[in-house]
Amino acid sequence: MNNAEEKHWLVRPKTIRGLWIGGFALLALLVWADKFIHGHPSFGIDGTFGFYAWYGLVVCVAMVVFAKLLGFFLKRQDTYYHD
Amino acid sequence: MISDFFPGIPPGIVLILGALLLPFVGERLRPVFILGLPLITLALVWRLTDGASVVVSLLQYELVLVRSDSLSRLFATIFSIMAFGGGLFALKQEKILELVAAFVYAGCAVSVALAGDLISLFVYWEIMAVASTLVVLSVGAANSNRTSMRYFLVHMFGGALLMTGIVIHIVDTGSTAFTAMQPTSIGTMLILFGFLINAAAPPLSAWLADAYPEASYSGTVFLSAFTTKAAVYVLIRGFPGAEILIYVGCFMIFYGIIYALLENDMRRILAYSIVNQVGFMVTAVGIGTEMALNGAAAHAFTHIIYKALLLMSAGAVLYQTGKRKCTDLGGLFQSMPLTMICGVVGALSISSFPLTSGFISKSMISQAASDENMFIVWMLLMAASAGVFLHAGIKFPWFVFFQKDSGLRPKDPPWNMRLAMILFSGLCIGLGIWPEPLYAILPFTVNYLPYTVPHVVNMLQLLLFSGLAFFLMLPMMKRTLTISLDVDWLYRKLLPVTAREFVRIFSPLDRFLRDMVKGWIKIIIQAVQRQNSSEGLLAQTEHAGHMAQWMVVLLAVYLVLNFL
Repeated sequence: MNNAEEKHWLVRPKTIRGLWIGGFALLALLVWADKFIHGHPSFGIDGTFGFYAWYGLVVCVAMVVFAKLLGFFLKRQDTYYHD
Repeated sequence: MISDFFPGIPPGIVLILGALLLPFVGERLRPVFILGLPLITLALVWRLTDGASVVVSLLQYELVLVRSDSLSRLFATIFSIMAFGGGLFALKQEKILELVAAFVYAGCAVSVALAGDLISLFVYWEIMAVASTLVVLSVGAANSNRTSMRYFLVHMFGGALLMTGIVIHIVDTGSTAFTAMQPTSIGTMLILFGFLINAAAPPLSAWLADAYPEASYSGTVFLSAFTTKAAVYVLIRGFPGAEILIYVGCFMIFYGIIYALLENDMRRILAYSIVNQVGFMVTAVGIGTEMALNGAAAHAFTHIIYKALLLMSAGAVLYQTGKRKCTDLGGLFQSMPLTMICGVVGALSISSFPLTSGFISKSMISQAASDENMFIVWMLLMAASAGVFLHAGIKFPWFVFFQKDSGLRPKDPPWNMRLAMILFSGLCIGLGIWPEPLYAILPFTVNYLPYTVPHVVNMLQLLLFSGLAFFLMLPMMKRTLTISLDVDWLYRKLLPVTAREFVRIFSPLDRFLRDMVKGWIKIIIQAVQRQNSSEGLLAQTEHAGHMAQWMVVLLAVYLVLNFL
């Protein structure tokens, strides 16, 4: 059995920090790549710099917030129907 | 070869009849049946020549039990593959009822895909509803029993709509043929509603997330594949280009995402994501171009594989831990590495990551929206693609395999379950890298290249920034021991509570009214009794002379009337 001192390498703070740094580097690289890539945008907005990046981020934040707000009305204890 | 031995046998019948033999073959022979039957079915499907091949007469109608073309073949193929993979995963399932029901269910799905007329389609459609109910019912727990009855009632309602629609349509047109329709008459509209109920379209979407997670670890794998995808098949064949489907599909896409985001049960998350994915297909059917219909068909094909894979991974966790809530799980990657890797492959596929099967199928649907200049639909599809990664692509593996250390250290599941997961993971990646074989069997010629540099970079941007949003918003996504109310609240809560309150409020009035009527009846009985008692008027004896006297009076009256 693993104990607290012998955490799996994947969950050690150092690895997690590395993953964050690596992740941000990858994101930056992908946005930067937009400068050199010219696809065939269909609507105009999809051809603008970094569109897919900001759109993905914004809509996901919006969906999480919307779900959270909806949750205030819709969430019930998971024993709700057992009564 | 095989069809030489079984000439004229509809492929689905092999699965159905073979399933009925499962309880009678010994334990040693059972795996041979479970793995062999889907392969024989698959071989028979591919031996079919295009056109109607098995036609029987019923009254004045001709039933085309087998009508093969590229669309039928595609769905019959994936249903057979799914029966094989699901069978392998369920090889050690002790409840034979589940296996029998699942194989009858699969056989009927194959038969629906091959049915050339509305009557035989309806018969197989309804047997599917019964068989899938039995898959849930076979668990035998109180909760699954109740759930299966709710599931059954919803599908019987859908079946009633479908049957009414079919009857009206046949009377209107004089034809039983199952061909493309427009929802412009009562008959075709009812048929469409019947189909949409099985696709888990609004307003009755809740049956899916209610019932599927209550099946066994292997039952849910079968359930995920057939009902909704058979509905997608009939929509592609029956209602291509019906505009209403674009709106229905878009609603389903976001309904699935939002409810999955709120959910705590890992298999219910995946159940909501079925609605989400079927939403993409329904939208594509609504767009209705060749590219869109190819996209819907291809996405149904890849979806069956990766969704089954995801539910196999979740089923393996349930099998090994007995737990299904995200709040109880976490950190399983340490002891279930293979299950985690296969779950991640499924998660990447559903998210349409490059080099996975979802990438080569879903992108055809957004391309179709783009080709048709449907800006809003395209924007919604893009948002939904990001949302899929959010709710299924990351959320499922994160909360089950990573998140926190739950302290659980279960091992990977038995060999047959591991093999099924490896097989389906291989298919997900194989189709992602080499989509041509799938493209070659789609209903229309494919003029589409998924792997262009801009497309890959754009999708990676969309998905990875969606991933960033997930980790930034993680505090808001903390799992709670909750469920989310859905339309099923109406029949699970409102209706029973209303009925109970109705009884409570109206039972005194009811008692008062009944007492009052009983009082009247008592009075009448007493009066009758009085008249019939020994002193009563009707019980008294009369002299014969009285009768003669009255006869004279009557004759006199008659005589007078005669003179007048």
